Amino acid sequence: MHPAFSVIFFTVASGAGFGLFVLLYLADLFHLGGGLTADANALAGLLAICFVGGGLLSSTFHLANPKNAWRAFTRWRTSWLAREGVFAVAFFPFAVLYLVLAWLDVARDLRLVLGFFACLFAWATLFSTGMIYACLKTIRQWNTPLVPAAYMVLGHFSGAMILLVIALYSGAAFLPYEVLALALLISAAFIKAIYYFWVMRPYGSTINTATGFTRGKVRLLDTGHTHGTFLTREFGFQVRAGTRLLLKAGFFLFATGLPLTMLAQGQALQAQSAFAAMVCVLLGLVLERWLFFAEARHVVNLFHGAQRT
Amino acid sequence: MRLGLVIDLDVCVGCHACAVACKEWNASGTTGPLSDYDPYGAEPSGVWFNRIRHYEIGEYPNSKTINFPMSCMHCEDADCVTVCPTGASYKRAEDGIVLVDQNKCMGCNYCSWACPYGARELDRSSGTMKKCTLCIDRIYDQDLPVEERQPACVLTCPAHARMFGDLDDPGSAVSAAVRERGGYQLLPELGYNPTNHYLPPRKPKPIPSGESGHGVMAKVKKLVNRVVRR
Repeated sequence: MHPAFSVIFFTVASGAGFGLFVLLYLADLFHLGGGLTADANALAGLLAICFVGGGLLSSTFHLANPKNAWRAFTRWRTSWLAREGVFAVAFFPFAVLYLVLAWLDVARDLRLVLGFFACLFAWATLFSTGMIYACLKTIRQWNTPLVPAAYMVLGHFSGAMILLVIALYSGAAFLPYEVLALALLISAAFIKAIYYFWVMRPYGSTINTATGFTRGKVRLLDTGHTHGTFLTREFGFQVRAGTRLLLKAGFFLFATGLPLTMLAQGQALQAQSAFAAMVCVLLGLVLERWLFFAEARHVVNLFHGAQRT
Repeated sequence: MRLGLVIDLDVCVGCHACAVACKEWNASGTTGPLSDYDPYGAEPSGVWFNRIRHYEIGEYPNSKTINFPMSCMHCEDADCVTVCPTGASYKRAEDGIVLVDQNKCMGCNYCSWACPYGARELDRSSGTMKKCTLCIDRIYDQDLPVEERQPACVLTCPAHARMFGDLDDPGSAVSAAVRERGGYQLLPELGYNPTNHYLPPRKPKPIPSGESGHGVMAKVKKLVNRVVRR
């Protein structure tokens, strides 16, 4: 699949935004490390809103006819893409009200109820984002429950790294935030490792089931077009096995390895190194998302001569 | 009613006339134009509803060339319709034709991801998704003679490799052809239940060599063949 940069930026940014908001709320609910200051809380919330809003905005850049984008909210009964839009928009009023009440430090009970609903919508949006890909029977690398699971875990992981930086700069007792980030780092590493293992070997449809000639070898003689088509551009994108391996190593290095060495400082963690770790994680996630698209092989490639996907 | 095509892989000669006729009709049809990019340049490309690919089945010398036209299969369980967030993609209840409302499409490409048959192509000039309409502006046109109320690809096929009809009606010619010739669907394991069916090549009868027979006449023929130079 062709990796569209707007979609990569959108999923990484909105994932981090939703993850940050959810963890911010949980930190508030459970007084994590004595709780963040009102200013730090507001700053983190604002950042979360910006990440989500910026991501959503960038997702419209890949539309060929954005004037009809408003219609994307209408088919939420069947389409995960529509559900994602509806949940993401529903998130904003609850999140903004929660953040305003938290900043003013009034009506704690109401604030927590509003925040809880914002969290529900954040989770629903993250799950929908994963399901947009996981529901496609045409791409075996995506058609697995590991995809929405990874979207949720990676979103929370990147959010936890941002929250840790804010906790450090605001002078809060940051150890619980560090442990939280560490736990999510380990979950993220495992879920992506299992995912890469799961999609490693080809299975499912072949050129034989695609053409219906299942009792002999089928070989493409001619695609019938003189130059590329929409299909070859959208689905024909391929990366070499060596590059794929390099990108996987890059993901594990940037998103898990390097941050792990920085988190290993424990109580001695400096704000600067936490910031560097956060940048590493976001960079690692961009690599992961790019590979997520580049590695996906649509069944239409079978008609263009691929023996398997 | 479940309108669709039946394509006979035994007689398709791979001439691309169906694709050209499709482009000609639909360029000025309800979803037209079908934009071309760089048509006279080095890298010509464009929107087509119908594409023909060519395959070799089996291994030489026991192989056969199969010409393989593909367009929208008008699936019963069309995921392209379910995933569409705007409601632009829809399947008509009355005849099962899958269409894209050009006024509602936002060009997100999601339906093309959900289609396993590569039937949908984005038109860069309008920014909308376009696909085979089964010539809906022909097949219901009361101004056309009855025999011409068929998709352009079917009408133009010089080998009569394409048939159009109602696959819900067991008495229709298309249903009979599917039944008698063992017509099949592509990628059945994905569960889209495509309406269009493909007829596999027939088993050719052995060509008589003329060398058979042990009677007197056969022996005489053999002798004559040896004597007479032709």
